[in-house]
Formats: sequence, structure tokens, C-alpha cells
Amino acid sequence: MIHAPYIRKPASVQRLMGLVLLALLPGIAAYVYTVGAGILVNLAIATGTALAAEALVLALRKRPVAIALSDLSAVLTAWLVALCFPPITPWWLTMIGVLVAIVIAKQLYGGLGQNPFNPAMVAYCTAIVAYPALMSQWPPVGGMDFGTQLGLILGGARDIDGLTGATALDALRSGLHAGAGPVDVLRQGPAFGFLGGSGWEWIALGYAVGGLFLLAARVITWHMPAAFIATLALVSGLFWLFDAARFASPLFHLASGGAMLAAFFIVTDPVSGATTPRGKLIFAAGVALIAWIIRNFGAYPEGIAFGVLLMNLCVPLIDMKTQPRVFGHRGERR
Amino acid sequence: MIARLFKFHGGVAPEGHKDESAGTPIRRAPLPSRLIVPLRQSTRTTARCCVEVGQKVLKGQRIGESEGSFGTAVHAPTSGTVVDFGPYPMAHPSGLPTRCVVIEPDGEERWIERQPFDIDSAGRDAALAWLRDCGVVGLGGAAFPSHIKLGSGGGVDTLILNGGECEPWITCDDRLMRERAAEVLAGARILFRLIGARELLIGIEDNKPEAIEAMRAAAREAGDEVRILPVPALYPMGGEKQLIRTLTGIEIPYGRFGAEYGVQCFNVGTAYAAHRAIVHGEPLVDRIVTLTGNVAHAGNWEVLIGTPIDELLALAAPAADTDRWLMGGPMMGFALPRLDVPVTKACNCIIAASPTLMPPPPPEQPCIRCGECARACPAELQPFELYWFSRARNFDKAKAYHLFDCIECGCCAYVCPSHIPLVDYYRFAKSEIAAGERDRNAADQARERFEFRNFRQEREKEEKAARLAAKAAETRTRTASETAADTPAASGASATASIQPGAPAPGVPAADDPAAKKKALIAAALARAQAQKAAAAPRNTADLSPTTQAEIAAIEARRQQAGTEAGTQTGSGATVATAEPRDARAEDEAR
Repeated sequence: MIHAPYIRKPASVQRLMGLVLLALLPGIAAYVYTVGAGILVNLAIATGTALAAEALVLALRKRPVAIALSDLSAVLTAWLVALCFPPITPWWLTMIGVLVAIVIAKQLYGGLGQNPFNPAMVAYCTAIVAYPALMSQWPPVGGMDFGTQLGLILGGARDIDGLTGATALDALRSGLHAGAGPVDVLRQGPAFGFLGGSGWEWIALGYAVGGLFLLAARVITWHMPAAFIATLALVSGLFWLFDAARFASPLFHLASGGAMLAAFFIVTDPVSGATTPRGKLIFAAGVALIAWIIRNFGAYPEGIAFGVLLMNLCVPLIDMKTQPRVFGHRGERR
Repeated sequence: MIARLFKFHGGVAPEGHKDESAGTPIRRAPLPSRLIVPLRQSTRTTARCCVEVGQKVLKGQRIGESEGSFGTAVHAPTSGTVVDFGPYPMAHPSGLPTRCVVIEPDGEERWIERQPFDIDSAGRDAALAWLRDCGVVGLGGAAFPSHIKLGSGGGVDTLILNGGECEPWITCDDRLMRERAAEVLAGARILFRLIGARELLIGIEDNKPEAIEAMRAAAREAGDEVRILPVPALYPMGGEKQLIRTLTGIEIPYGRFGAEYGVQCFNVGTAYAAHRAIVHGEPLVDRIVTLTGNVAHAGNWEVLIGTPIDELLALAAPAADTDRWLMGGPMMGFALPRLDVPVTKACNCIIAASPTLMPPPPPEQPCIRCGECARACPAELQPFELYWFSRARNFDKAKAYHLFDCIECGCCAYVCPSHIPLVDYYRFAKSEIAAGERDRNAADQARERFEFRNFRQEREKEEKAARLAAKAAETRTRTASETAADTPAASGASATASIQPGAPAPGVPAADDPAAKKKALIAAALARAQAQKAAAAPRNTADLSPTTQAEIAAIEARRQQAGTEAGTQTGSGATVATAEPRDARAEDEAR
């Protein structure tokens, strides 16, 4: 027997995930334009792996396969993994990343809606810990044709010091480490662009455009992106004002690395993130803070993924402590 | 004066579907072949039947007396003959029966003598009693007795008239306001006066411009300065707490009443009914029902209470693919399990549903904690958390997360992208918690009873010991004095006397020494216990009613007959079966 309500808004998980995929397209288009079409190959490898892995595990778990595959959540995870891995990642590493995300981080915890950790970030952390060298080789913007990228993806020999360059974050970190000069001198280097990494800042802009679309479509709320961006800007701004020679500007931090992707697509993952309005602010602010600390004082050039996983751990506590007041209970002590 | 409106959190805006039925004027539904008038008209109590089968009744004649403080009277909706009195199924998801008076109309619609109520000379209490005896209850759907809502006699500053009607499809209040605005307003003023409010506000959703205009015109004509406030068409605006919040900013938490916060809210239909009762002396015997949905002729009908719904449906000409009928709106209504049930005072709308109009929900998918439900929840809950807790049967947590503040409006399930029937989970959790509390209360009572029984037995034992000790002491002193007088025969007699009222046990030596006396006492006590046991034994059928005893006798007779026919096995089996509880009882007494 079906009970009220007898009418429903035409909404579905599939539509939600589809909108997020759609919102990634501006960023991907900028990626292809500035870096090259290699990323498309990675996206394809990741998508295929994700769907196959999801179907296999669901079949082993004796769950309906078709419904779960058509909800597009596996595709979204695959795309996010591919987008945060270097575009010349060898095919097997992309596959390992996706398998870790889908099989371990998602399905072993019970599938869609059950995972405490962001699957794409689990994949990224696994890969960067296990294969730090491969995960640090990024092609120079406009400096590598599609053929070379494809060759590297398919496992070509990596005599690549001449071919690949460090990302802006990497260059800055190692430059400061080596005492090669203050930030503004280092930023004259080839890896740097006007705001962030040369060329990469356009990709970041693409992500931001997609993120604004998600906000407009009410797929995400303003809390997470706003708290993430504000916190990153605030903490980096404070230190930049304090010592501009050693700390990069807020704009640089926002425009480089995965900041924009994270602000709109990673921290906003509803399953593993905080859910209350205040909780969302705390969660995203925490991610930004940890990311900035790792970027400046840690062993890795980018710290967002670790920030997300650490904050994922805190979600139950955050949610519990930030329950909003209920109608008619305003003014009561919680 | 531009009123400042407040906002409530969340809400949804489903397609209104008001036009289907809002266009045509209210028509009077034809007399049905019979009327099944439920005596349970208000939510709390059932009226006491005061007519007999075969009796002729007039329209408006009282057929049910109000019982208890929450009771309201019930009246014959038309003139005719009472043909039955008994349980009939109700328009309720359970379809459970309740006591009904069945009336066969004579077609004459002859009223009782209608006396207007003179509200000026009579006191306030008399007016409330009048409303109660006219059967006036809330017509918005809850059927809460109006005289109770009016009852506190002060402390209410603001009276709100609810013309929200936020559920899709329903237009009965809309039509009522459009066509009978003056009466609605007059009724509102009666309620206003009775409750002693200082301000009257009328909230109407802004998707009903004609109703707003009609009410404003009526107010102008009456020279009434009432504030008629269009409120945004946002479900569940018509919810009492939501409308109060919107118009006054006051939030009334779960389990509290508006009157405690100086505000009270009545449906426009209730105001109209109060007007009919006071000014025209007409008890509440009909109401306006919207017939709409998958039908050719949607509209509003003035329907007698007790009209069987199946007799009503033909008026709307339902389409062939109608597969369900909903009572109430699609957000909070329910599918009627059967159609031979009567219209009640709470029935505002009947909707024909079809697979195309209200398709079954797509398969349920996992919750992804997207928070859409929390954004839609007018009670500002975290519905997905309640869902997880309910699903995990973690009811304490669900309660701590304010499960009972949920008004079951359905907004969360309406927006859920995973198509989870969230409200069903909350209803389940609420009923489980209620059942758990019932069980706990029962267990508490049983424990208290048990502890008291232990205490009582202990006390009785002590009392008995004290009594025996006193008696023994008495006997000892007496024996001592008698021994001193050296009369052995008398001492034997006194020993016998001391163990009254039990018969002297055979073979008790009438000895003088204390050991023998003690033995005699014990033997006598044993004999008394045995006598008591014998007296108590037949008691397990003693409290039964004569009919049951007769039944048992008949069964015993049959058994004996069967026993003689099929040997003695059955008979002995029965003896064992009946002997068991008897033994238990005897043991209990012996303890």
C-alpha cells in the first residue's frame, strides 16, 4: 500500500549526478584546450573501469545492477578521480585509483550513500602515497602534444624530465625549500601564470563556472564553497600580509592546484560531508585550513585530499553538534 | 496598512490543480438512499446514541449526546427513519468500524424548529455549550471540537481565520469564501467575540484572488476593519502552526496549543458552521466536499454528513482508469480502503487518482544525504537523520532528533531524489515508540503490582506471626493458670478451643506439654489451609457471567458425551487441562 504523499517532485539521484557531470564540462573543456586531449583518454579509462567494477561488486553483493549503474554516481566518481590525477597518468594507475574508489571506498562500505570517506579523495591519497613520482608528473601547458600524452598514458617510457614540469604548487614549494628566492621571484618561473599555475588557472575558472551553475540549479548550497574559499583566502591572506616573501597570495592559492574543483565538486559530496548548515561551514573551512597547512608546511604540494579525508572523520561529530534548532524550539538550550 | 509577513522554513510548491474544481459553484448533493452517521465525529470521543431503531427523526434532531469534555453532539442530517444502530466501517486507512446511526431519508428534509441563539443575553459558557450541542468541530480536517478551542476564556489576543487551503486539488474553502463570504466573516466575528481576542486576521493563499476579493468586499459591506492578508501559496501554509508563524511570527512547538501563546486559529468552514449554529440555530449536518481528480465534472458539493462516498462519486463522473480514491489532499490524505464509508465532518476532498495522474513512486534508492528534505522541512528537522535512525530502529536517537515535531506534511518525501517514502518511516518509528511506551508502562505496572504483592504477603506473614504469638502467649498463660488450678480436663478443652475455627485434627493428644500443643496447632493450621484450598478450588469459573457459565456447562456436557462415546481419554484430558490453573491458584494462595 502506498501512503501519502501521492505526488512527487520530478527529481532523481540520476538527475542530480547528471547535473554535476554537466557542471564539470566547462572545466574539462578548458583542460582539453590548455593541456591537451590526454585527459579525455583518462576520463574514458576511468569511466569504463568504474562501471565494470561497480557492476561486478553489485553482482557479488547480489544487488540490482541496472538501477545502481544508471544513477551515474560511479561515473561521477570516475570523472573526479581522472580530473585530480595528472593527465598523463599511466592507464593502470588510473584503473587502480578508480578501483580503490569504487570497490574499497564505496562498495565495501555498503555502496551509494554509505561511504564515510570521499571515494575520489581516497583514490588520490592512495595513489600519491604509493606512486608519488608518477602522481607528480604533470605535462607543461601546451608543451606536449596528444600523441606524446597518449603514449605516456599507454605506458610509454618516461624519459621525461624534458617533457614534464612541476605544477605551480610543486614549483613554489620546492623553490622555497631550496631557498631559491622569495615568492614573487619564484613566480616568474615557467610554471606560473597570471594567478595560479600557467594555463591551469583557466581550468580552475572552468570549474568555478560549473560550480556556479550547480549553485543556481540548487544541486549544492552556498555553504561549502563559500566556507572553503573564504577560509583559504583568509588564512593565506593573513600569512601573505605577514610575510609575502614566504607565503603566496590568496589569489594564487585559490587559482592553483585543485582549489576550485574541491570548492564546488569535492567538499560538496553530500554522502561523506557534513549535512547541517553550520556543519557544512565547519567542514569546508576545516578542509581549506588543512589544505593550506599541508601546502605550506607539509610534505606534499597539494593537501586538499588529506584535508577532505580528515574532515570526513569528523563528520558524525560535526553533524551531531550542529543540529539546527527545530520549529518552535528557538531559544531553548540544546 | 501593509502587514509584515513572516516566513516559515522550507515548504514545497506542488502543482495546484485548483482550477479543475474551483470554477463551478457549490451544488447540493442529492439525498442518498441512506445515511450512515458516525457517532465518532470529533477526534477524541464518540457520542452516546439517543435514538432507537424505528424512530422517526427530523433534520437537525440530536441523535447523539456529547460524552465527556471533548464530546460534541451528533444530529440527523435529514428527516427520516432510524433503521439501524451499530458498527460500520469508517473512512480511515484502517477501515475500522465505529458506531453509526443509519437513517433512511423520507425525502422531505423537514427541519426541527430552529432557534437562533441569542449571544447577547446568554453567557459565554452557554454559547460554548450551544456550539457543542450543535456539533461544531474544526472543518479543516482535524475535527477538533470548537468549544474546546474557544474554551480558555481569555489570554488569546489574536484570532486567525485559516483560508490557506494549501493542499493541491482542494477548493472547498475557496468556494465557500467566494460564495458565502459574509457568513464566513460573521462566523469569524462570533468566534472572535467568544474567544475574547483583540485582533482578527484572515490568511488566504494568494492563489485564491477571487476568495480574497470576496472576503474584502464582504468586510467593506459589513464595515468590518478585519485584516485580510494574502499569504504566499506555499505548502503547508494551511497548516495551523505554519499560518500562525506566517501571520504573527509566533512559533508553537510540538505538544503545545496556540492559546498558550495568545493566538488561536480556526478554519473558514468552521467559522461558517459557527454562524449557522448561532444565527440560524442550525446544527452542523452537512459540509462542502471537493470532488476532483481524474473525473469529468470536478466541483464542490454540499454533502450531508453520513452520505456514503460511493453514492457521491457518480456526481463527478470518474474516468475509466481511476484506480484509487483519496480522501484529503495528495500530500497528507489517504487512499480509501473501501468506498461504502460515510462522509464525516473531517472530509474536505475526495480525489480520483489514476496511474497517470498520481503514478506510483519509482523504486526506492539509497539516501545520499543530499539534504533536500532538510531544505523542504517546515518543522526545520533533519529528515534524513530521522530516516537513518528509524531505519536502524534507533528510536531513542530519533526522539532526541525531534521525531515527534514532525507534522507528517510529506514535503521531505515529495522532494526526495531517492524516492524514499520518508513519512512512512516516521509513522513507523512513532508507532513503535508509542508501542514501546505502552509496553514499558504495562511492565512498570506489573512490577509495582508484584512488589506490592510481596510487600503485602510479607506484612500478612508478620501480622499472622504476631497474632499467633499473642494467641500462644494467651494460651500459655491460661494453661499455666489452669495447671495451677490442677484441672486436666479443662486444659484439654481449652486446647481444642484455642485452635478454632478449624476442626480438631484426629489423633491430637490432649497433652499438657508445650511440644504436643505446638503439634496440635500445626495440625489445625494444616487442616484450615486444606479447607481453604478446597473452598478456593472452584473459583476459576466463579467470576464468569451467567452466559459464559452456561456455555461452559454446555461444553462440559458435550465433552462428557464425547467422552462416553469415544472412551474416557477426552474427559481425562479436559480434567488435566482444567486442573492446572486450579493448582496454580491454590499454590498461589498457599504461598
